[in-house]
Amino acid sequence: MSVWRAIAAAALFAAAPALLAGEIPPDGRRSGYSFMGPETRAMQDDDTSNPGMLFVLDGEALWAKKAGSAEKACADCHGDARGSMKGVAARYPAIDKALGRPVTLDQRINLCRSNHQQATPLPYESRDLLALSAFVAHQSRGVAITAGDDPQARPFVEQGRDLFMRREGQLNLACSNCHDDNFDRRLAGAPITQAQPTGYPLYRLEWQTLGSLERRLRSCMSGVRAQAYDYGSPELVALELYLMSRAHGLPMETPAVRP
Amino acid sequence: MPTTRRQFLNLAGGVTVAGTVPIVTLRPLRATPAMLNTAIRNVVGEAPIRTGKVKLDIPPLVENGNTVPMTVSVASPMTADDHVKSIHVFNEKNPQPNIGNFYLTPSSGRAQVSTRIRLADTQKVVAIARLSDDTFWQVAADVVVTLAACTEEMN
Amino acid sequence: MAALINVPAKAKRGDVIELRALTSHIMETGFRHTVDGKLVPRDIITSFTCRYNGAEIFRADLFPAIAANPYLSFFTVAKESGKFEFEWIGDNGYSSTASASITVE
Repeated sequence: MSVWRAIAAAALFAAAPALLAGEIPPDGRRSGYSFMGPETRAMQDDDTSNPGMLFVLDGEALWAKKAGSAEKACADCHGDARGSMKGVAARYPAIDKALGRPVTLDQRINLCRSNHQQATPLPYESRDLLALSAFVAHQSRGVAITAGDDPQARPFVEQGRDLFMRREGQLNLACSNCHDDNFDRRLAGAPITQAQPTGYPLYRLEWQTLGSLERRLRSCMSGVRAQAYDYGSPELVALELYLMSRAHGLPMETPAVRP
Repeated sequence: MPTTRRQFLNLAGGVTVAGTVPIVTLRPLRATPAMLNTAIRNVVGEAPIRTGKVKLDIPPLVENGNTVPMTVSVASPMTADDHVKSIHVFNEKNPQPNIGNFYLTPSSGRAQVSTRIRLADTQKVVAIARLSDDTFWQVAADVVVTLAACTEEMN
Repeated sequence: MAALINVPAKAKRGDVIELRALTSHIMETGFRHTVDGKLVPRDIITSFTCRYNGAEIFRADLFPAIAANPYLSFFTVAKESGKFEFEWIGDNGYSSTASASITVE
């Protein structure tokens, strides 16, 4: 092997960590959409019948609405979201330079509220936070996910990956036991997916409402009878970051519909 | 002993089946739980319900019973003289047997309604159409509901 | 909260057109209990009406078995240019409306 090829191989290795046994290779990664039946796909595909779009519409109204003592709307700084927010959600969670750690899109919205709008943060899973998040993420629909590409994010991606591989709860299951090792099989009649978070916040038929990836993760954790991490905890953010980096290159679908 | 309504229905069903007119529906209705039967009779009264004309598009196996897409359509010219006045949808095993009543007019053009429903369990769904001549037509479908693998407690 | 109305902007006179209405509502059945055993009171939309230039063309009675964020699709004959008005009425004095225009040629 020539020196150049060795260097090229080393560079590739540095950019994309080697897959552990059982991890899904990049070209085998599939959105949860591909595991759904035709009726649920149809519900997502048509914007006039996708219930997630109700939240996007609410978010659009909130985007233009002044909030907090600064009397500023999101639009006053960011302008037309169709341009300014395109691709943003595909990069989240992203490193906040001041905090030196990754923040989720929900946390970014709340940082904006406290730092720039002088407004109180919106509670996790509140309708307004989900609506704003959905509106912002919707601007990235079709954009390839690149979260975790930032070298500064690397240790947090690794932390999330460790959590993904770690067995927990009374059922003593790791996320990877289902979503790396057994996707395409079924659990109590429901297909096991690869856990690629391409469409959050998404409309889950089970919830009958829009919900965040953190809600989904917490629901999985209670499923394996583990103590779920708190909303916004470093562990959930790291898991979210790892999952997004694992979905690298898949297009965003927000607002997705899932069973 | 006075004739109860149930007995009357059974009698009527028997007469219908024995008669030459191809009206069969009271039989299948007898097999469904009493609540469903009562709910249907509240809408239809004592009129016979025939099978046919109505089409119910609903997935035979649904991914989540909380949101099940459903379309009911009725073969009808939708003219002033011959149209569908209403469509009624019922279920067998939810806490309540009614799902929805939909009222159309000749100017609907097409007798077709879609909505999304909740099914608490694997069960039968019944759609009944009332035509402008006040005849009733029905169709039934069995739906298998998959329960979600992981559920959350209510907050 | 939002409603999503889908009415074709244009149609030919006599065309049968599809109308769709999706609105935000929890559709709480009244049959669920909280973790501590309390019954969650019913809160549903009970009635939906669509009017075309003032005349009722479609009406629905909804029950707790209608899924959250009720979706309805139905048809009408495009007769004249004008306005479709959609109205949802429900428990606890709930009422909301939406409208959409059509040009019929």
